[in-house]
This record gives sequence, structure tokens and C-alpha cells, in this order.
Amino acid sequence: MKLSTLLASAALAIGLAGGAYADDKTKVGFVYVGPVGDGGWTYEHDQGRLAVEAEFGDKVETVYVENVAEGPDSERVMTQMALDGADLIFTTSFGYMDPTINVAAKFPNVKFEHATGYKRADNVSTYSARFYEGRAIQGHIAGKMTKSNIVGYIGSFPIPEVIRGINSAFIHAKKVNPDVEFKIIWAYTWFDPAKEADAANVLIEQGADVVLQHTDSTAPQAAAQEAGNVITFGQASDMGQYAPMPRVSSIIDDWAPYYVARTKAVMDGTWASTDTWDGIGAGMVGIGEITDAVPADVKAEALALKASIADGSYHPFTGPLKKQDGSDFLAEGETADDGTLAGMNFYVEGITGDIPN
Amino acid sequence: MIRLEKRPQASQTFSWAAPVLAVLATMVFGGLLFAALGKDPLASIETIFWQPLFGDFAFYYRPQLLIKGAPLVLIAIGLSLGFKAGIWNIGAEGQYIMGAIFGAATGLAFYPTESFLIFPLMILAGALGGWIWAMIPALLKVKFGTNEILVSLMLVYVAEQFLASMALGLLKNPEGFGFPGSRNLQQYGSAHNAELITGSGMHWGVVAALIAVIFAYMLLARHRLGFAIRVTGEAPRAAKFSGVNPTRLVLFCMGMSGLLAGLAGMFEVAGPSGQITIDFNVGYGFTAIIVAFLGRLHPIGILLAGGLMALTYIGGDIAQSQLGLPAAAIQVFQGMLLFFLLAFDLFTNYRLRLGRAEAA
Repeated sequence: MKLSTLLASAALAIGLAGGAYADDKTKVGFVYVGPVGDGGWTYEHDQGRLAVEAEFGDKVETVYVENVAEGPDSERVMTQMALDGADLIFTTSFGYMDPTINVAAKFPNVKFEHATGYKRADNVSTYSARFYEGRAIQGHIAGKMTKSNIVGYIGSFPIPEVIRGINSAFIHAKKVNPDVEFKIIWAYTWFDPAKEADAANVLIEQGADVVLQHTDSTAPQAAAQEAGNVITFGQASDMGQYAPMPRVSSIIDDWAPYYVARTKAVMDGTWASTDTWDGIGAGMVGIGEITDAVPADVKAEALALKASIADGSYHPFTGPLKKQDGSDFLAEGETADDGTLAGMNFYVEGITGDIPN
Repeated sequence: MIRLEKRPQASQTFSWAAPVLAVLATMVFGGLLFAALGKDPLASIETIFWQPLFGDFAFYYRPQLLIKGAPLVLIAIGLSLGFKAGIWNIGAEGQYIMGAIFGAATGLAFYPTESFLIFPLMILAGALGGWIWAMIPALLKVKFGTNEILVSLMLVYVAEQFLASMALGLLKNPEGFGFPGSRNLQQYGSAHNAELITGSGMHWGVVAALIAVIFAYMLLARHRLGFAIRVTGEAPRAAKFSGVNPTRLVLFCMGMSGLLAGLAGMFEVAGPSGQITIDFNVGYGFTAIIVAFLGRLHPIGILLAGGLMALTYIGGDIAQSQLGLPAAAIQVFQGMLLFFLLAFDLFTNYRLRLGRAEAA
């Protein structure tokens, strides 16, 4: 307790000192798990940071630390940002969850925003994006485009987030192509170009002519380009440098509107702890341009699907659906609730193989 | 003309001056690198080396130095014993992981029972985990003559897979909504490796690191086994004649380094980290190799080198957020340290001569 009082009073002292020479800039910190140049996950968060700078100009100061290991290192970096006078800190990886909660308890006047976690406090919000909505559109295009009827999928870790994406893509591929089969490889990494390239090559050798990925590098795109006649989708970022082939579309995480809104809330003094889970409708999930490698009618269908998800008239998990073991998941017309989606740990019917654990 | 001439005897002075010169050269060339990136070189160096120790928030960073440095020192001490004898355990990272898994699993097996016996049991389990993992390459070496460098390194990747499997399966927090990662040991009193004095950064791992330094110093300076280690490294043939048993030496050095690495992992998972997660290991086992050499394989040197490495990590993160230096520049800076050390090491055994080669 002593330390937290000490830390808090130090932060207060610095805050007061800052106020003394009328420096009322709002300071926003970002903690990144990867390098800002990863072209995927961290890159998009940094785009959000730049959007905050562009929006508020002189009124904000942003700082970031990249390549921060989860665990004690992240706790130290967050503490350091809070000590340096940050008003708002975005911690952008699931593994920062407990450290964020620990640091937030020591700095009650600093607001924290933790991406993709589930632990909140009075000064800790959580936020995530409904990536599975984008997966539905990918699945649709994949089901239509595959000639070998084999779709490869590079999974990162077998966690609900990733399993949800596989299910969503599979459901919509199967809907337009009953013969489609998914081959899933677990890379056990979020970002490792070498491993991702290996996984992509194995999938292509096994006959996949569509490769979906839940990992963040462009290595699978490069592997597909080399193989030719294999299509891919950008992950987390547009990866437009591989358009129009092999990359035919992408799921883009667009954090900018959220980061701008939350920074504004801190400036206005209206910030409150919330849990945000936005999708295509709110603009947090973007669908990158569908290239001409996709036939016009398929593209039109995909865009219609996107529109129906965006306006809420269609939910990607709509019954009738069964689980892999044949038991009932959703009845005709029923949609999955957020609790079920958040903890999803099963495949839907038709996916072969087991979820490793 | 400048040429290198072999010294008749390794220079004792240079052996100790090399790390100091390496640090100075790193500051100079690191400063140039930062200047090339458009940052104030003096401010950058000051931020990295001065702020954590004497800056405004030193009261917070000094304890962090202990937290960051302790596992490095603990592992490096173990490695240095083997390195001195020419036994190359490169897989401390894997032994660190196994120590953490064994330690955490032992603690979690008792959850939620509270007892003062649980933490000592976890320490034993952590040491055992690291020891077992190091004994695999050790036994393969003494039985079949395999190369311990390759086997111990490969076992790091096996341990990483094992770690992922534990975080996703057996040790997964049953109340974690299906997300990977174990229960947080910080919230389990009997298993928590808490700070001994709040705010000091001093946890049992720091104590263990200091004990290991003293123990290693006495072993090398006073004990017969320490003599065997030194003589094997310096003159393997002489060691044979003086009755050193190479098999036992390999088993001891590998086992001891594994044991200490396992302890480091256990103290980390029970304290600062708290959780078994997929990305629990952050490279301490590899960085400790640098620390061991930077510290001249000498226990006191390792203690200083561990502190220095911890300083560059903590200062590096401060420089990133305060000055906007990219992480890659900090890594290059740390890399320079080893690079210059190796370069200056040359002068331990060689000296520069100006002028013509003398007729032999």
C-alpha cells in the first residue's frame, strides 16, 4: 500500500507541476506487443495512435513503446508511462490483462484501455472488435472461389477468438459450397514469418487453393504468390501490396475512431469504464477492397453480406447450426449471444479435426 | 603498419578493462546511432543509464533493476560454471521454462489450500524441473557423446511447445472464460513470491541470486570441484592427469546450471510474472549467456553485468516512450555491447604493434 500511495502522490506532484506551467496537453500512451512495422496487428494500433495525433494536434501528446513482452516488462512500461504523466493508456495485447489491472490499481486517476481482455475496473475499460463478422465475408468468397474445395486456415492459438473466426468462415463457405473442407494448422504464434510461411506451404501442398490466416505477417501472402493460383486475405491490416492476387480482400482492424472517441472522452471528462465490442457496423472492422480477381457476382454477394451484417439485419451465427459432435447449437432463426461467442471453445458441425489443448 | 602480436601471456589488466571499454565504446557508437536517427545522443544515453538510477522516479526503477536483473544473474552464474569448464549449456531458456512449469504446477495443485509449506515445495519443484531438463543433454553427452550445445538448444523449442500446451490445457485457469493462461499466483498467498519489503523489489529470487553469487565464488576459489572446473577449461589434458572425472564434471555443471535456471523460472512465475502463459519466457535464458561473458565468467563480474543488462532494458524502454527511439535501435545498442566486448577481448591475448614485423 505504501508504494501505491508513493506512486500516486508522485504522479500527483508531477501532474501539479505540469499544471503550473499551463501544459494542459492530454498525454496518451500506447503499449505494443510487436514492432510498429509488423504490417498487421501492431501497425493498425499505431495507425490509431497517429489518427489521435491528427485529430487533436497540439492538444495531445502520444507516446508508445513497442515490442513489450507480456508480464512484468509490460507492467513496468505502463507504470513508467503513468509516472511520466499519461492521462490515458491503451494496452494492446491480451497478455497485458493482469498487468493493466495491477498498474491501474496504483494510479486511480489514469484511465486504462485494455484490448481483447475481460477484466475491468473503475479506471479500466476493455475493447475488442467483432472480427468474426469479417470472417463471414471471407468464408463466402473462399467457398465460391475454391476449385479444389480445400480451404487452408492458419490458426494462431486455439482460443475462443480464433475458433470463432474459423467457425464463422466455415459456416459461410459451406453455405455456398457444400463440398468445402477446411484444413487447419496451428502455428502457435501471432507473428513469426518463417513459421507462417511453412504453414502456408504445407496447406498449399495439401491442395488448398485458398489460405486464410489468423496470424499477422504477410509471409502467407508471399508463399501464395509464389505458388500461384492460390488466394489469400489480408489479416488485421490491408496487406494491399499483395493485391490483386493473391490477396483478394482483407479484414482491417480500424482502431482510429475508437481511440479518437476515447481520447475525446478523457479531454471532456466524460470517460467511464465500459466494455466495447464493435464490428463492421461501427467501423471497427473494415473489409479491404475486393479485387477483380473475384468475379463480379461473387463480389456483389460479398458486399451485400457485408451490408446486412453492418445494418444488423443478419448475424453470422444464425441457426440452424449444430456443434461438431452433432449436438444442437442454435435453433432455426436463433442467433448466438455474446457470452457464448466470447467463450466459444467448440467447432461447428462439418469441421474435421480436434481443437488442440 | 599496424599488426597484431600474440601476447606471451594473457593480459590480466585487459581481461578486466575490456568490459569497461566495451561499455564506453557502446555509449559512443550508440550515441552516433541515436544522432543518426535524429535524437539528441547525450539525452538518449542519459535516459538509458542515468534515469533508472538517479532520475525523478528512481524510487520505482531501482527495485525494478533487481526484478529484471535477478533471473539474469541466477541463470548466468549456473552457465558460467559450465562455460569455464568448456561445457556449453545453451538451453537455459528451456530449463527456465520447465522450472516455472514445475513450480507453478506444484503450487496450483494445492490451490486453494493455504500453508507455509507450499512455497518451499514449489522451490524444490522448480529446481527439479530445470535440473531434469538439463540432465537430458548431459546424459546424452556422457553416454553417447552427443553435442550438448545442439541438444540443449533444441530442447528450448520442446519446452516452449510444452509451455503452450500447459497454458492452453492442463494449467489453464478454470475461471478464465476459455482464455489461455493459468491462475495468477500473485492472488494465491501461499504460492506468491511476494516482495520481502514492499516497494523494495527484493523477492526470494533476488536473495537466491545473491546466494548463488557467493556460493559460486567460494566454489571456484576454495573448493576442489571449483579447481576441477577451472583446470578442465584451461588445460583439459592437465585436468585428466590430475584425476578430474569428466563425466561427473559434465553432470555437475549441466545439472547445476539447469537447477539455477529452473529456480529463476520458478521465482519469476510465482512473483513478478504470476502466470504460466504462452509467452511466459522472454529470453532471459539467452540474455544470460551474454551476461555470463560480459561478467568474465566471474561471479562478481556477472552480478555487475546482470545489473548493467537490466539497466539497458529498463532505460531502453524509458528512452522509447520519452524520446521516441524505436525498439530496434535499443536492440542494436544492446547488441553493440556484446560486439565490442568480443572485439576488445582480442586484446587480452594480442597486442597492437606499430612498425615492421621483426625478422623471426
